[in-house]
Amino acid sequence: MNIVVCVKQTPDTAELPKISVAEVTSGDIKTTLVLNPWDEFAVEEGLQLQDRFGGDVTVVTVGEEKATEALKDAIARGVQSAVLLSDPAFAGSDAWGTATILAAAIKKNGPVDVVLAGKQSVDGNSGLVAPGLARKLGATLLTNVTKIVDVAGGKITVERQLEEGRETLTASLPAVVSVSKEINDPRYPTFMGIRKASKAQIPVWSLADLDVSAGSVGQTAALAQWTDLRKPAARSSQVVLVKEATVEATAAKLADLLMAEKVI
Amino acid sequence: MNFQLTDEQAGLRRLVRDFVDKEIKPIAAHTDESGEFPWDTLRKLGGLGLLGLNIPEAYGGAGADHLSAAILIEEIGRGCGSTGLIVAAHLGLACGPLNAFGNEAQKQRFLEPLASGRAIGCLALTEPGAGSDLAGGVRTFAELRGGEWVINGSKMWLTNGAEAETAILLCRTDRTGGSRSLSQIIAPTNTPGITFGKPERKMGLNGSHTYAVSLEDVRVPAENLLGEEGCGLQQTLEVLDGGRIGIGALSVGLAQAAYEAAMSYAQERITFGAPLTRHQAIQFKIADMATQIDAARLLVWRAAWLRDQGQPYTLEAAQAKLFATEMAEKVCYEAIQIHGGYGYSRDYPVERIYRDNRLMAIGEGTSEIQRLVIARRVLGL
Ligand SMILES: Cc1cc2nc3c(=O)[nH]c(=O)nc-3n(C[C@H](O)[C@H](O)[C@H](O)COP(=O)(O)OP(=O)(O)OC[C@H]3O[C@@H](n4cnc5c(N)ncnc54)[C@H](O)[C@@H]3O)c2cc1C
Repeated sequence: MNIVVCVKQTPDTAELPKISVAEVTSGDIKTTLVLNPWDEFAVEEGLQLQDRFGGDVTVVTVGEEKATEALKDAIARGVQSAVLLSDPAFAGSDAWGTATILAAAIKKNGPVDVVLAGKQSVDGNSGLVAPGLARKLGATLLTNVTKIVDVAGGKITVERQLEEGRETLTASLPAVVSVSKEINDPRYPTFMGIRKASKAQIPVWSLADLDVSAGSVGQTAALAQWTDLRKPAARSSQVVLVKEATVEATAAKLADLLMAEKVI
Repeated sequence: MNFQLTDEQAGLRRLVRDFVDKEIKPIAAHTDESGEFPWDTLRKLGGLGLLGLNIPEAYGGAGADHLSAAILIEEIGRGCGSTGLIVAAHLGLACGPLNAFGNEAQKQRFLEPLASGRAIGCLALTEPGAGSDLAGGVRTFAELRGGEWVINGSKMWLTNGAEAETAILLCRTDRTGGSRSLSQIIAPTNTPGITFGKPERKMGLNGSHTYAVSLEDVRVPAENLLGEEGCGLQQTLEVLDGGRIGIGALSVGLAQAAYEAAMSYAQERITFGAPLTRHQAIQFKIADMATQIDAARLLVWRAAWLRDQGQPYTLEAAQAKLFATEMAEKVCYEAIQIHGGYGYSRDYPVERIYRDNRLMAIGEGTSEIQRLVIARRVLGL
């Protein structure tokens, strides 16, 4: 089975509040950059699918050279091959542009059965790349997947989290699967993996390597433009300590307060 | 000069940091209060290839350099002193001598299970009458009888003692005494005649258990002699040189943790209408803490780097340990000071870090002994 995992390098979630509007506009983010936390689940699922069904796992990302770090993180966890998709022409691509680049790279990489992606990125948060990718590849789109039950006979069976509950469905391959965090418990990289990653030579594919026209990607091709960017005001929160004479009384008071706030 | 970590070292640091933040830091207070030995954490560290980090791959380790081991111990120390000491003793005091002085068969039999993380080890030097003065004080005797070492005596303050699978015992093998009368002997801890007491009741580091042990007619085969007969003292001093880098690194980690806690507290605590960080007296404390931690870390890294280059590092390891452990004492003191009354409370981490660090100026050679080592070297005595 051929598995491709699409990942993104994003700021460390803990440092997100530190990022300024200027950094976002210029693209020169100064915080620690990591493998997008949602993508850790996609990488883990790729490795688990490989354990269960055999085959190869390739991890790809669109980004500048420093995004290799995110690919190396995946290698340190056990992924065998990685490709960086990098070209000045890719800069400023929107979700559709990114999907265009990824789809071209996946096609170039060879036949694919399952493309995995995180539910969204912690910086852009659009959750649109996976749908775009499915469209571009002509593959089945399965979002919010919490479990891959089986892959057999050209079909994939998954469980999806819906607002009303969970559904189990079977669809045909190839499929683009975006996973949510219930799906697994990502492993840590091992030291031996880190050593392998630090020595890995990661190929870079540019615009010229892909079947993509310059006009279909990058800032100018972006269908969505950011006209204004503001930092939301920090939310102030208030701490109320509930302590009554007995545990029961404390619980009752807490329940009253939560109901008054319409939390429950 | 190059102050940049290699990709491998930087990757290791990221991994351990992440692991410590998710798996060690959240249970550090529990480990201290309950005194539970953190087996679960150790198993996970073993699984990541970290319990034999600077041991060659041929013996179950990861073959990383000594600087990597210093990074590992610092980062674990940032989360939990107890876990840091367990790992520092295992790597530096147990795996270290087995790797340095063991023959092929000993390495396969005793080092491999430790370095691959299946078991942990300990080193027994100290006795009721021998601490700083091992040469004059050790009264654990080993005699060769019928192809076996028969060992009698008692040891004190064994980190990892009863939890360890393998112990290295410093024994007197020549009753006439002198600097060539000591030898190191390997003893599986389940050997009949080895009896551990209860874990000592300590000021801190409660998750790292420390034992007194009695040795009564403990018999191990003659081939369990580690290194050369009569070279036990020299071998021990060499092991301690390496171990001191680990203890220095652990203190850097503890200081870093206290500093980070103090920083975040100072940013939130409002007095006289402004966060503590706006008061110059507090800013100066934080500036000093940041500077001292960096200085100590660089001394630790220099000693580890020298060791990796195969150059002498006895002086530099003693300097690193002395400076780092005493630095951490000051940093923890100021971290508590910045917290005010809350710093004295068990609900905040700084009092635990302060207690945990106190050992570092005592174990593996007291500060006084480090000063002796340094003075002898710089004065050429
Ligand atoms: C938590 C913990 C864990 C430990 N783990 C281990 C372990 O795993 N293995 C092990 O073998 N040991 C271990 N130790 C023992 C530790 O290494 C010794 O306690 C230490 O070496 C000091 O020895 P001592 O306690 O006998 O003190 P002493 O040697 O009696 O020293 C008492 C004081 O006198 C000072 N002093 C001694 N000689 C001189 C001198 N010549 N000049 C100036 N000052 C001097 C010392 O610096 C100290 O301040 C551990 C101890 C503790 C508390």
